[in-house]
Amino acid sequence: MPTLDLWSMAFVFLLATFVGFQVIQNVSRLLHTPLMSLTNAISAIAVVGSLLIAGEEKTVLSTVLGAVAVAASVTNIVSGFLITDRMLKMFRERGPRS
Amino acid sequence: MIRVQLIQASYLAAAALFVLSLRWLSNPRTARRGVVAGVSGMAAAVGGTLIDPQIVSYHWIAVAVAIGTLLGVPLSRVPLTAVPQRTALSHSFGGLAAGLVGTAKYMLWLQDGQLTAFRTAAIAVEVILGYLTFTGSLMAAGKLQEIIPTRPITYKGQNFINLSLLAIAVLASVVVVIHPQMWQLFLLVIVLSLVFGVLLIMPIGGADMPTVISLLNSYAGLSAVAMGFVLDNKLLITAGALDGSSGFILSVIMSKAMNRSFTNVLFGAFGQVHASAAAAEARSVKSGTPQDAADLLGNASRVVIVPGYGMAVSQAQHRVKEIYDQLVKRGIEVKFAIHPVAGRMPGHMNVLLAEAEVPYEALIEMDDINRDLPQTDVVLVVGANDVVNPAARNDPKSPIYGMPIIDADRAKFVIANKRSMNPGFAGIDNDLYYADNTLMVFGDAKTVLGEIVKALAGDGAGH
Repeated sequence: MPTLDLWSMAFVFLLATFVGFQVIQNVSRLLHTPLMSLTNAISAIAVVGSLLIAGEEKTVLSTVLGAVAVAASVTNIVSGFLITDRMLKMFRERGPRS
Repeated sequence: MIRVQLIQASYLAAAALFVLSLRWLSNPRTARRGVVAGVSGMAAAVGGTLIDPQIVSYHWIAVAVAIGTLLGVPLSRVPLTAVPQRTALSHSFGGLAAGLVGTAKYMLWLQDGQLTAFRTAAIAVEVILGYLTFTGSLMAAGKLQEIIPTRPITYKGQNFINLSLLAIAVLASVVVVIHPQMWQLFLLVIVLSLVFGVLLIMPIGGADMPTVISLLNSYAGLSAVAMGFVLDNKLLITAGALDGSSGFILSVIMSKAMNRSFTNVLFGAFGQVHASAAAAEARSVKSGTPQDAADLLGNASRVVIVPGYGMAVSQAQHRVKEIYDQLVKRGIEVKFAIHPVAGRMPGHMNVLLAEAEVPYEALIEMDDINRDLPQTDVVLVVGANDVVNPAARNDPKSPIYGMPIIDADRAKFVIANKRSMNPGFAGIDNDLYYADNTLMVFGDAKTVLGEIVKALAGDGAGH
């Protein structure tokens, strides 16, 4: 039933938002830039919807739109995770020379 | 049937891994584990989707993945000073993906006659958020890269026009929900959202970017949530909600750090307010040479360095680290005072200083460092302006009054490096520069700091 689905989705949204608030509030301010690039990569989960549309090849236009969406999401996944790791590698407790 | 269970199980695992990923990011020690968890979660989600029987061909998927990888790798290797524009660009890609998927779903369901009111409403939300994030973030990236003028572009009735556009888009969406076959109106919603994104960011200037980037981050997450409602996919809702709440929390922190509300950032056009405040009478400042600065620093026992966007612009973080090394070598205690909105995105200064190998224990948040400042001998201000302006504390008429600042003026001496006496972005005169205990050292940050390092190194050798 569509109405039942709506409510269970609303529950997931509500709970995930609360979890998000709790978890993110604990992130050190030191790491806010990597936090943003990591959540960027995670929200590229839109790739899931894009893959289905590009892969089901229903119409030419929908396949093209889906493929562009896949490319955009994959760009975010690849660059998001790589740059987050690159930045986190730089945070060290003591500089090598001091 | 087993395949469906397998897909759902992989989505469930992905959701758990995403939460853990953010959980581990809370501490620099465990943070890199967070990336591993995030990558694993994404792999589970993509793997689960690829075995979905709905997918009949992998041809276009392979091409698109190849293009995305080719674009993504260079984007992850940009210099760290360019991280704000990279971030804005990726928000725009996220918005684009959401917008396109919503558009495709509308067309497909319209053809099949499966457009229920609920689906259409979810698509409308997804499309509005997605496309306005797409163009808005592109504008933000353009401003940060300085392809588009960074100063706020304002005109009379701007807010009225922007809000009317949004209102028309929402109204048109409502009509489409009632009459899903009116695709012309759906097209209008798309166009209005694209235009609204551009107009929303036009009046926003550089110093407001940390708040705006965070807000766009939140919108990008929420558009993924809307996509989850459209596709009945709880993983999308979960991951999108994590991103949305993260962006929201960051925007709250950023606007608190500027003592402004969201609406004020989005509709206030900062630059406009201050245009008149810039005209101040000529007052005298004490200016000195890098050698004078080196002498002051070398004789201090406690030093605090306040970095700002100017440090990023002139890429001076490595010179700052050299000063840090020179002073630490002499047994001087050196800390960094990090204002939440210093730079162009949340945490910008921390990343730049970490790149220069400053140990992160030396990077202190504003509230903690303010307790130490009265006992500090010398504060060195590098390319920061408004965040050390005492007018925020003392002058109720100042446009930045009430904004929390780093109390640099409470230290015994202040050394401020600036390119010239031109007021900063906000165009507000800074009393700190005219104080008796302030020494101004004019010039490009990288050059000036390099000379200070040389002077310090020379002195050290002489002793």
